[in-house]
Amino acid sequence: MTLLPLPPSASTMAPRVDALFYAITATTVAVAIAVFVALIYFGVRYRAGNPVPRHEDIAEAQRRARIRVELAWTLIPLFLFLCAFAWAARLYVDRGTPPAGAMAIDVVAKQWMWEFQHADGRREINELHVPRGQPVNLVMTSQDVIHSLFVPAFRVKQDVLPGRYTDLWFTATEAGRYHLFCAEYCGTDHAGMGSGDVVVMEPAEFERWLASGARAPSAAMRGEALFRALGCSGCHGANAAVHAPNLAGLYGKPVPLSDGSTTVADERYLHDSILQPHKEIAAGYAPIMPSFAGRIGEDDVFDLIAYIRSLAPATERPR
Amino acid sequence: MTPSDLVAPVPSGAPPEARPALPHSYLTEGTTLRSWLTTTDHKRIAILYAVSITVFFFIGGAAATFMRLELATPAGDVVSAETYNKLFTMHGVIMVWFFLIPSIPATLGNFLVPLMIGARDLAFPRLNLASWYLYVGGATFTIIAMIAGGVDTGWTFYAPFSTLFSNTHVIYVLAGVFVVGFSSILTGLNFIVTIHTMRAPGVHWFRLPLFVWAQYATSAILVLATPVLAMTLILLALERIAGIGIFDPALGGDPLLFQHLFWFYSHPAVYVMVLPAMGVVSEIFACFSRNPIFGYRTMAYAIIAIAVIGFLVWGHHMFVSGQSMYAGVAFSLLSFLVAIPSAVKVFNWTATLWHGRIRYDAPMLYALGFVGLFTIGGMTGLFLAALALDVHLTDTYFVIAHFHYIMVGGSVSAYLGGIHFWWPKITGRLYSDRWARFAAILLFLGFNFTFFPQYLLGIEGMPRRYHAYPPEFQTLNVLSSAGAVILALGYLLPLIYLGWSLFRGRPAPANPWNATGLEWRTSSPPPENNFDVRPEMTEPPYAYREARLGRDIVEAREGTQ
Repeated sequence: MTLLPLPPSASTMAPRVDALFYAITATTVAVAIAVFVALIYFGVRYRAGNPVPRHEDIAEAQRRARIRVELAWTLIPLFLFLCAFAWAARLYVDRGTPPAGAMAIDVVAKQWMWEFQHADGRREINELHVPRGQPVNLVMTSQDVIHSLFVPAFRVKQDVLPGRYTDLWFTATEAGRYHLFCAEYCGTDHAGMGSGDVVVMEPAEFERWLASGARAPSAAMRGEALFRALGCSGCHGANAAVHAPNLAGLYGKPVPLSDGSTTVADERYLHDSILQPHKEIAAGYAPIMPSFAGRIGEDDVFDLIAYIRSLAPATERPR
Repeated sequence: MTPSDLVAPVPSGAPPEARPALPHSYLTEGTTLRSWLTTTDHKRIAILYAVSITVFFFIGGAAATFMRLELATPAGDVVSAETYNKLFTMHGVIMVWFFLIPSIPATLGNFLVPLMIGARDLAFPRLNLASWYLYVGGATFTIIAMIAGGVDTGWTFYAPFSTLFSNTHVIYVLAGVFVVGFSSILTGLNFIVTIHTMRAPGVHWFRLPLFVWAQYATSAILVLATPVLAMTLILLALERIAGIGIFDPALGGDPLLFQHLFWFYSHPAVYVMVLPAMGVVSEIFACFSRNPIFGYRTMAYAIIAIAVIGFLVWGHHMFVSGQSMYAGVAFSLLSFLVAIPSAVKVFNWTATLWHGRIRYDAPMLYALGFVGLFTIGGMTGLFLAALALDVHLTDTYFVIAHFHYIMVGGSVSAYLGGIHFWWPKITGRLYSDRWARFAAILLFLGFNFTFFPQYLLGIEGMPRRYHAYPPEFQTLNVLSSAGAVILALGYLLPLIYLGWSLFRGRPAPANPWNATGLEWRTSSPPPENNFDVRPEMTEPPYAYREARLGRDIVEAREGTQ
């Protein structure tokens, strides 16, 4: 089946998307051909000067014909559209629901590079190694503008936003090297972020590769170090004497505020609580936290949020 | 009184080399530059728009020429990445706001809406002139900023790139587009009031030509959606200039908020570009098949349905943006629904040919080109409405090809079809039908040659807005660039033979196509106050049943009827 120039099919999602692709292509091509054939047939048969019989009272003839055809060519497309919608939506929901137990890899996008970090701390840039046959979940965020991670061979794409995390999961099915593109325009060297690759390896080979490289602390680990160095743990730690919110399991939970409203402890809330702590006061606590604006940079805030996030179970992430 | 009584006598059979004097008309009311720049005549303002959008179209086209040149090779070797980004931004900004949105409404709409409803002018003639000044002032300012300095945000201005990261002339461009937006709003308002209050006797709502229905729906979109764009641009400027956190998370903002606001305007704006084109095509199909439009009321309701549902589908631009999965599902369903009235329109145009007496003059070829390209563009829109396929295709060349088929293939074909159809009415001159038919076919072929390969590139996965790309995409890119040469010829040719017609063309009779419609019941070109005798509409539109096998068009144009 190479009627369409689809890229290599290398994930569990790819053949499912391709089946839908072929079904919609076949249907639309059939309808388009029917329309064009009708246009050409009428166009030739009823050309000016061609002596074929025609209705004397065309307005009346159209009125009678309409009753039969207009309902048909409204309802038949509607039925076909609803089928296409349901089929595509089913796949989309699967795409948006990472399987439990997927191997998590942290992704940080920035102008103009991709940083990947595996769970054991192994880091790589603009190249992502993954094992064949195992679900992988990329947990992605950006340090500046919006980017988008796109692997055509996997038929997956997801925007990567500053200030929040998005997920992209896939299970690779064929070993090989595939394009990894940035699909959301991100500035001068946008195309340069499209020169990366995903390398799918056999699981044993992947284990060897993973063990070979140097380790570096993950964002959450750096955040944990900052959490102690900046004195956050003095108030927010488990044994702190000061009355401050406990951060374990906080991420993704609703937070009642002192003004009676409720917010969700997402990246925006944590970011703002570190830099502008008096903007939203958690109900039941005194507004005593100092602001860290000007004392730490955005990258430090990013690491701190990664740490707080790592204290919550993965299932709590807002979707 | 029969229509022929209103026609000034024209010399028949005058040699084309001569420059016959035209009868007294709106064109002879004043010939100085000042008389044009201070006119409040809707017909002259339409011509001011036509000249300005043509200039802007070729500037935007020049930007596209450099892009296609760059993309002929995989390496980024013709221009730098920075220049390439500025080029596609300039191409998008000019073509969307300074060409496509005003194209049919501000030129043909301005000229024809009063004529078609039997009015002497628009409801607010001075406001109409003010709209043109806002438009031409804002657009010129923006284009100077884009040529002198440049902007690299893309026409979509996505935050936070546009607010805190781009160091190009974003503010000037936002200001220019903001000003041009008011021209849209005021034009829409003018049309709505005119269509409500100034219809001649007998012009009931369901006797309005579909072109007027389309202008009415378009005006409603302009009035309701453009203010949202204006507010969004102000918010961008506030964040960029004053650092007020609205869209950038580092300042406490939300970047998806920008996309929601932007597409809430920009998706309906797509219908601003395509509904008037549908109106033009309906007029042409009826005239050249000598038939009433099949399902006139259905066609009018379809226009309204598209305009209304078109406001509810903006989230389909954001299926991979990080918006809620459930929002994606809802927007997908609504996007499939908006395709229904569009599909019905294609079927009804096709059925209009049934039992007709079809002639293939240049306007009809352009209109058929529209239906072909709009059908392909619409069908590929279904791929993008289907969630899982959109995930693969969005932000690739598939999207580029899709919206060019609708907005360039479709709308520009219809615009040129309309220009050719009403040219005798507007200028009082005939043009070379042979050259015009050749140009219409060239445009159709050149367009497909340029943009069909881009569908294939998108399916293969080539992302948009890349100034350099992996070598396996080269063959299709070379094809596309080669097609663009033919397409450019298709655009340039009408300039030549229509320009020639303007000065040397044979005088046109009042109704060269023997068409129905009030605009044909006055002289060509019309007098300043449109009608010497106020017309009255006595039967439904498109009452072509008396036509005699299409011969009447030839006789009408030759003036022998």
